[in-house]
Amino acid sequence: MAISLKDVEYLSHLARLELTPEELQRFAPQLEEILAYVEKLKTAPTEGVAATTHVLNLANVFREDKVQPSLPTEQVLANTSSREGLFFKVPKVIDSS
Amino acid sequence: MNYTTVIGLEVHLQLKTATKIFCGCSNRFGAAPNSQVCPVCLGFPGTLPVLNRQVLVSGIRVALGLSCGVQPRIVFHRKNYFYPDLPKAYQISQYDLPLGSNGFVQVGGQKVRVNRVHMEEDAGKLIHKEGENASLVDYNRCGVPLLEIVSEPDMRFPEEAHAYLKTLKGILEYLDVSDCDMEKGSLRCDANVSLTPDTKVFGSKVEIKNLNSFKAVARALAYEVQRQAAVLDEGGRVQQETRLWDDVKEMTQGMRSKEFAHDYRYFPEPDLVPFSVSKEEIGAVRAVLPELPAQKADRFVREYGLPATDAAGLTAEKASADYYEECVKRAPEGSQGKTLANWILSDVAREMNERGLDDIGALGFPPERLVELVGLIQSGVISGKMAKEVFIEAVESRQSPSEVVKAKGLAQVTDRGAIQEAALSVIQEQPRAVEDYRGGKAQALMFMVGQLMRKTKGAASPALSQEILRELLEKKNA
Amino acid sequence: MTVSEIHALYQSGKTSPSEIIEQAIRRIESLDPKIHAFAWFDPQWVRQQVKVLEARGGGRGPLWGIPVVVKDNICVQGAPATCASKILSGFDPPYNATVIEKLRAAGAILMGMANMDEFAFGSSCEHSCYGPTRNPWDLGRVPGGSSGGSAASTAASFTPLALGSDTGGSIRQPASFCGVVGMKPTYGRVSRYGLIAFASSLDQIGPFSSTVADSALLLGAIAGFDPRDSTSGNVPVPDYLQEIKQGAKGLRIGVPKECFGKGIDPEVNEALQQALEQCKKLGITVKEVSLPRTEYAIPTYYVVATAEASSNLARFDGVQYGYRSASGQTILDMYAKTRGEGFGPEAKRRIILGTFVLSSGYYDAYYGHALKVRTLIKEDFDRVFREVDCVVTPTSPTPAFKLGEKLADPLTMYLSDIFTISVNMAGLPGVSIPCGFTKAGLPIGMQWIGRPFEEGVLFRGCHAYERAAGWHTKRPPLS
Ligand SMILES: [Mg+2]
Ligand SMILES: [Zn+2]
Repeated sequence: MAISLKDVEYLSHLARLELTPEELQRFAPQLEEILAYVEKLKTAPTEGVAATTHVLNLANVFREDKVQPSLPTEQVLANTSSREGLFFKVPKVIDSS
Repeated sequence: MNYTTVIGLEVHLQLKTATKIFCGCSNRFGAAPNSQVCPVCLGFPGTLPVLNRQVLVSGIRVALGLSCGVQPRIVFHRKNYFYPDLPKAYQISQYDLPLGSNGFVQVGGQKVRVNRVHMEEDAGKLIHKEGENASLVDYNRCGVPLLEIVSEPDMRFPEEAHAYLKTLKGILEYLDVSDCDMEKGSLRCDANVSLTPDTKVFGSKVEIKNLNSFKAVARALAYEVQRQAAVLDEGGRVQQETRLWDDVKEMTQGMRSKEFAHDYRYFPEPDLVPFSVSKEEIGAVRAVLPELPAQKADRFVREYGLPATDAAGLTAEKASADYYEECVKRAPEGSQGKTLANWILSDVAREMNERGLDDIGALGFPPERLVELVGLIQSGVISGKMAKEVFIEAVESRQSPSEVVKAKGLAQVTDRGAIQEAALSVIQEQPRAVEDYRGGKAQALMFMVGQLMRKTKGAASPALSQEILRELLEKKNA
Repeated sequence: MTVSEIHALYQSGKTSPSEIIEQAIRRIESLDPKIHAFAWFDPQWVRQQVKVLEARGGGRGPLWGIPVVVKDNICVQGAPATCASKILSGFDPPYNATVIEKLRAAGAILMGMANMDEFAFGSSCEHSCYGPTRNPWDLGRVPGGSSGGSAASTAASFTPLALGSDTGGSIRQPASFCGVVGMKPTYGRVSRYGLIAFASSLDQIGPFSSTVADSALLLGAIAGFDPRDSTSGNVPVPDYLQEIKQGAKGLRIGVPKECFGKGIDPEVNEALQQALEQCKKLGITVKEVSLPRTEYAIPTYYVVATAEASSNLARFDGVQYGYRSASGQTILDMYAKTRGEGFGPEAKRRIILGTFVLSSGYYDAYYGHALKVRTLIKEDFDRVFREVDCVVTPTSPTPAFKLGEKLADPLTMYLSDIFTISVNMAGLPGVSIPCGFTKAGLPIGMQWIGRPFEEGVLFRGCHAYERAAGWHTKRPPLS
């Protein structure tokens, strides 16, 4: 599968991950090489085979609806480099979704 | 040109569990910013979600209440997108294996199909600062359990969408799993609307967000239908997009900066195992399902002899149905069932509407007062007309109807002597009417009753006045 | 020294935890500047723990007074956890991982955080924001990775025990490169709560030690169901040290023929053959088996692991913790710059790849398909384990390579995980133990793979072999 610079640019936007021009240049062929290697998977006989999302056959693991203590707000905010009062602070959000 | 409008609604319902969906933080509304969070709901590195059993139970309850099938295998997925109110940069939600699917809601004579009911986590809240390039983030709401209820695009008019939402809310209130409060955001609604000149094709879908009340839903849809029609009329194309309803400007506005389409990269949440619900468990939830509006309406017809429309009106909201039944319970034997129903559906409803109240409880006029009021009418203390005044005054002053009657001296005159006196003077002053009556014109009596009422400033009991007038006229005749 | 040797000294009253810890601190301070096994080391923090332990009294846990170093991706309250990444610089977790609570309850002393490849992306411990860790056997070579710091600390006798994490071989390969014992438990055997996720469906925390018995002891201390980890198995934890005593006689080993193709270093091959001969002498039967789907393991892994990683690493956006770029003016900018400046090149490469395989239009062809192939890989093992109790392979096709040797070529680096990756794909337990040395004096490791939750069987076989072969007595020549 051919990976263009534009593809990598799109992915870097989707991942909110700014790449330097050199990284963009480098990643396109590297990604292409890795994907070519991954092509091998296409030969695997997967017809009628179920997907494995969990190796253990676990199901129905719950917790009960009982309140546990929350984290003190000062600890909640202790790691951020940008806060205001009891809030985290970020550049203004204008529906960038 | 004529277009077919196609509307579908997406409702997000916050569940009133004790704790959040994946952690033990309290699910109480209104705590101080960032005080109801823990490493799990903050999405701190290394933390893992564990499903709150009650969320699944409430979810099944809602699925069954909306006549959905409950999936035998329930899987959570990650919905990946970046937003500062979403601390993990993915929302744990459901994708192709939701909790419930293929249900319906009976809205009057129309069946609106419910595509799916799924569980997911709520996001935090953003506060946008005025005059500064900053938004503030409060994560308390992160991890509040949500059910997303998605309708099929079965509605053709904004009014239908409004009615569906009202009916849905009614059912959800009966199920008692949520506060269902649109203002507080425990019930939220997004609408999808498209217009098409041909019923076989769907037009471009526009999603409307920021609908914070029933009124907003109806108005935004009406606005959007007109807007899209205008675009199409001019030969333009409706852009597929998300638009925000502005309650003040009463219009929808497209969201800015849509450089790339969404790509949520859903994949099965590896941190949670699948869930299955056995027939027995479903049966257990079904066994404790409350009576839902449609069933209750049927019963009201059977048990209280109400007309079907009254029964439907009373049961649409659980609060009014409960109010009605409380009244009936307190009313003396010989049932005033129909009268009470009329009062609730007309005067009480009108008063709530005027006061902008959603909840009959907030009116401050408990069932025993309505029973008392109707009792005052039936025992002849006040007339039906006076009762309306008494009711409004009672609501206003938070007094009981009897107290109002006493304080305002509103009791009707039931003293035979006083009425007789007034009746005699009417007979004297209105010889023409007397003549007509004697000549066989029955309306003439009603005219004289009216005159009598005027004389007594409305205080005389109309029934008694009529009786005494007739007696006097017959007597003189004899 | 092993745990039992230290405990014997404590028992006899010849020494105390504070003396042992001071010795360890001195050794780390004098030798770690050369090796750089530690990403974070604060003697005062360590001493404080000793004080608390000695004041605690009461019963002595199985790790009482034993120094342990923890990989830098495991959350410890009071110590940073940075995954050796700039993007998590300064992150002070407000909670303890479940394994940390278990270690503390068992009486262990945490010595600090071990260096690693950034976010566990790598097999050489070179991709660290703190710089590379060096192999104690040859300072010009890598210790393996990603848990290179944990392996090097154990090999250099800084700590008798270490915790690492293993997603595709990140415990076993460095154990093999450093000549120590490294165990990746069954998926779900050890709680992942507090392990900063790389690939959630593959990650496991596991022990490093210089002997199999110590590995068994440490695993016993950290294993078990955790109500905070839905994916942990509710399976009782046996007394592994008791199980070891049953010996290896009668065990059946399967050796997959697929593991001896091209690319295998002849010295590695030779060491493994000799080890298998030794096993036969211990009453273990050895037969050839086949795992035909091994060839799919690496491509499957690079789809599944990068997809999950791209999602797991999305939370590092500068809002709540860690690095935030100062130049982001809009929220979009802030995200992109923070992440662009905060992640190293290997992390970026994997995030981009993972984003791609999940993206619209490619999910079915890549991620969806890989999950099915994963089933095939697992079925291979299920079938083989009907005939044998353990599968034995080389841990890595080669001994430790030179620093910088594979940095330029990510794909070759990925390929060196060929023997370890399928074990994660199938969720099985696997352990690497030393099985010889190259002529140049580099350790060679062999990997034992077992049935789910049968770590005890692996320990039986490995312990018996270790005692017979005696490789564990060799230590690197550090002055
Ligand atoms: Mg939703
Ligand atoms: Zn929480």
